[in-house]
Amino acid sequence: MDKNIYLQPLWKANPITVLVLGICSALAVTVKLEAACVMAISVTLVTGCSSLLVSCLRNTIPNRIRIIVQLVVAALFVILVEQVLKAYVYEVSKQLSVFVGLIITNCIIMGRIEAFALGNKPFPSFVDGIANGAGYGMILIALAFFRELLGSGSIFGFKVIPQSFYDAGYMNNGLCILPPMALILVGCFVWIHRSMNKDLQEK
Amino acid sequence: MDLINLFVKSVFVDNMVFSFFLGMCSFLAVSKNVKTATGLGIAVVFVIGITLPINYLLNTYILSPGALAWLGEEYAGIDLSFLSLIVFIAVVASIVQIVEMVVEKYSPSLYASLGIFLPLIAVNCAVLGASLFMQERGYASLGEATVYGLGSGFGWMLAIVTLAAIREKMAYSNVPAPLKGLGISFIVVGLMGIAFMSFMGISL
Repeated sequence: MDKNIYLQPLWKANPITVLVLGICSALAVTVKLEAACVMAISVTLVTGCSSLLVSCLRNTIPNRIRIIVQLVVAALFVILVEQVLKAYVYEVSKQLSVFVGLIITNCIIMGRIEAFALGNKPFPSFVDGIANGAGYGMILIALAFFRELLGSGSIFGFKVIPQSFYDAGYMNNGLCILPPMALILVGCFVWIHRSMNKDLQEK
Repeated sequence: MDLINLFVKSVFVDNMVFSFFLGMCSFLAVSKNVKTATGLGIAVVFVIGITLPINYLLNTYILSPGALAWLGEEYAGIDLSFLSLIVFIAVVASIVQIVEMVVEKYSPSLYASLGIFLPLIAVNCAVLGASLFMQERGYASLGEATVYGLGSGFGWMLAIVTLAAIREKMAYSNVPAPLKGLGISFIVVGLMGIAFMSFMGISL
């Protein structure tokens, strides 16, 4: 199997910084690291499984109604994930609120199914789905790391910035918890990523 | 009065883009010029405006726990809420299909410029998100649900049109090469989000 299938999505063709897919949830669930990790794992599983299933069915799906079929396949796995989250990590699933349901409309899933799973064998499609989910999760976790560290001074809910810093006048940056800062941080990620990959820069 | 208040709140305070980041993908991709952005904005307002009342009715009379009571005593205990995702997305997808056919018939130029993004409204999270928020917050009446839908649609349109205007102007500025295009758009949206936060807490 071509190793590009699983290396490309992690760096050169990262779903968030290069393909601009699935931005919505990336920004909304990254205030706390815990929620971001749960979201990253859920999206990776849903992307992998739905790519696998669509790829198995690809020769039987009529071309004209493929969008509906893809949505139904994605919805199937999202509902499974939603029920599992509600059963085992209720607190986190409350925090994620509608964003678990919105995995259905996460463009990464539809995008990978359209672009890859419909024309490839099940196993490579599964790997492609998982790798794209992981590329997405990577950015999600990095974002959440900075936002939680700078915004609340903690990581996974544990205080990491010692009390003596606060006594000396250090303050948490409240802006990091607010939505707009997530956008600015993603902007900076894109900036760093593109200065390392000159061929991705826009004219 | 409550309805006007809800409308203002959903346009400015709970703006789909700036406070929930919904519909970001098409928001960033189609905001290169004002005309296309306005077209897509109107299509989204239309789609949300139609899907929300339909989904509200489905939710109240079929999906929520005990909603089937109108069928008879024995149905009162049924809870179909786990089906709501799939029902909502099906409604959204079919409405989008209708809008696509109407636009293709009456405005071929708009149809051509929207291109792939018209069918993609089906996976525009703002549309599904509005339905899910409606369910989560439990709006009390059909009127409220419709007004909320129209309000969030307008909020999204306002956001995409303003961003498109800014990006048109930005074409003449000297942006560092790696930041050009996508990067600077993210930062501009972030700054607009900070500006929109000043509407927080406003009520009529």
